[in-house]
Amino acid sequence: MATDTHYEKYKSDGSLQGNALEWFDARFPATSMWRGHLSEYYAPKNFNFWYYFGSLAMLVLVLQIVTGIFLVMHYKPDASLNANGIPVAFASVEYIMRDVSWGWLIRYMHSTGASAFFIVVYMHMFRGMLYGSYRQPRELIWVFGTLIFLCLMAEAFMGYLLPWGQMSFWGAQVIVNLFSAIPLIGDPLSLWIRGDFVVGDATLNRFFSFHVIAVPLVLLGLVAAHILALHEVGSNNPDGVEIKKKKDANGVPLDGIAFHPYYSVKDIVGVVVFLIVFSSIVFFAPEGGGYFLEYNNFIPADPLKTPPHIAPVWYFTPYYSLLRAMVWPILGIDAKFWGVVAMGAGVVILAFLPWLDRSPVKSIRYRGPIFKTLLVIFVISFFILGFLGTKPPSYAFFDVIPGAPIAQILSAYYFLYFLTMPWWSKIDKYKPEPERVTFK
Amino acid sequence: MSKEGKVDCGRRRLVVATAAVGGAGALAALVPFLSSMLPSERAKAAGAPVEVDIGNLESGQMMTVEWRGKPVWIINRSKDMLDTLPKLADAVVDPKSEKTMQPEYCKNETRSIKPNILVAVGICTHLGCSPSSKFKKGADEGMGGDWLGGFLCPCHGSTFDFAGRVYKSKPAPDNLEVPPHTYLTDTRILIGEDKKGA
Repeated sequence: MATDTHYEKYKSDGSLQGNALEWFDARFPATSMWRGHLSEYYAPKNFNFWYYFGSLAMLVLVLQIVTGIFLVMHYKPDASLNANGIPVAFASVEYIMRDVSWGWLIRYMHSTGASAFFIVVYMHMFRGMLYGSYRQPRELIWVFGTLIFLCLMAEAFMGYLLPWGQMSFWGAQVIVNLFSAIPLIGDPLSLWIRGDFVVGDATLNRFFSFHVIAVPLVLLGLVAAHILALHEVGSNNPDGVEIKKKKDANGVPLDGIAFHPYYSVKDIVGVVVFLIVFSSIVFFAPEGGGYFLEYNNFIPADPLKTPPHIAPVWYFTPYYSLLRAMVWPILGIDAKFWGVVAMGAGVVILAFLPWLDRSPVKSIRYRGPIFKTLLVIFVISFFILGFLGTKPPSYAFFDVIPGAPIAQILSAYYFLYFLTMPWWSKIDKYKPEPERVTFK
Repeated sequence: MSKEGKVDCGRRRLVVATAAVGGAGALAALVPFLSSMLPSERAKAAGAPVEVDIGNLESGQMMTVEWRGKPVWIINRSKDMLDTLPKLADAVVDPKSEKTMQPEYCKNETRSIKPNILVAVGICTHLGCSPSSKFKKGADEGMGGDWLGGFLCPCHGSTFDFAGRVYKSKPAPDNLEVPPHTYLTDTRILIGEDKKGA
């Protein structure tokens, strides 16, 4: 539990409800959970804008689960062709959009929710990088978070196959074929993933199963672990100082306030602002200019014809750029294998951040110029990598500056930022941290 | 049970043996589940050969048929197209088709049974996209000025010539696959079965 307090079991005042609650609490840790995680979970009082995204990520998770449950009532994971020559899966999505009452809204909430999930999670991760939230004693929270990010990527990738459009089909074809690049076991492995010699009905059905059952279960478990670990050690804050070091006579941190009602109510404000933006997109721009729903995915999957330009959805494109940056065979193994390695390593390296950062202070507020400069370059290069990942490899800025070598340089920077961090984070200047949290 | 803090070695061995047997059982139970994801018997049996009539395929034209869920191209190459092949011997990775991406009877310069008719699986050997035809020469297809015609994979930019041979310094490692095929008559091709094969 969050604090050292030992929670007393609930004592009835003699009323009927009181007796019922006493009976319940004697058999289930109801009051101790309520107090430990909400009414007596003390969070630092100097949380700012960046601290909305954790609760928003939970909100989007719930949105995705609820909309998903209702979509499954009408969706059919079937690649065979119907009487009109349209794949049944594709037709069932069109059916949801056109004939199911409010089906269009539920579907657009789910498809926009996927992009919103990644926006919120990227902001949440960036918050961790700004304020050193991954530093000791919060390493495990960060590692669970990285696993959540990996799960989310798997979930999004498999969900994207389900509408069985051209981008669904060819995106899955390319990504599954990536596994065939692994020496020795590659070909049998990709065959095992597809369940057929080509991406087909077997692939669609198993991706459906993973998307609606397997991965969400793992995701929920990881989210629980993420939050339990957080409540064990307590939240970090924009100053990066431990509020548990200064406590009052009752053992309550001087700079802490109860999560409920203070932050539960504050988060509602974040939810309202988020929902305004979210519903504007759902109602007025659900395709997100071709970034949230790609135009080629409105064409049914055709195994005989690849669309002229295929690219993953925006949230994968920085990692897709890392993949494409590897064009040389190394140690006699195909370049595509090293592309897969780069893409995987790009995500996995995040998990090592707690041990790569050697700065004496946590928060950007007290860190030196090297950290600030390198972080700014990191963010810019992440955006450029993302942009280039949406373009064909032949893309050139203003038709003159070729994109491919720039993507390679920025990919190298991506890894160097992390790999050289133990060195530069140690020699960087820093300001002394304050004793207590500050307000700006 | 241990008495006075001493470990009962006999019981400890039993605990280890029980855990090991249980673990082995759990591992063995994975086999049917993981195996169920392999291609089913029906999927394995679905590779029936496809019969194609190429009587209407004019010189310089191409048609696509589906075999085992993959696109198979049949191209009636004109003399002009065939003339480009010898010129590209230095530009392609495997000009003599030394790797087994084709049956023995297609291991020749045109990678075909009849010199003009190419039968190839239209799936890029890189990551499995289907290349698009860029048959015109030079800049007409948006390719470089020295382009002699062939195929461009839209996904990662691999290029292939009129025999499905991959150009050098491209992501695709191999030439396009030539499937086993045989001529039933002069204009009817059976794709997926050899002349001598069963």
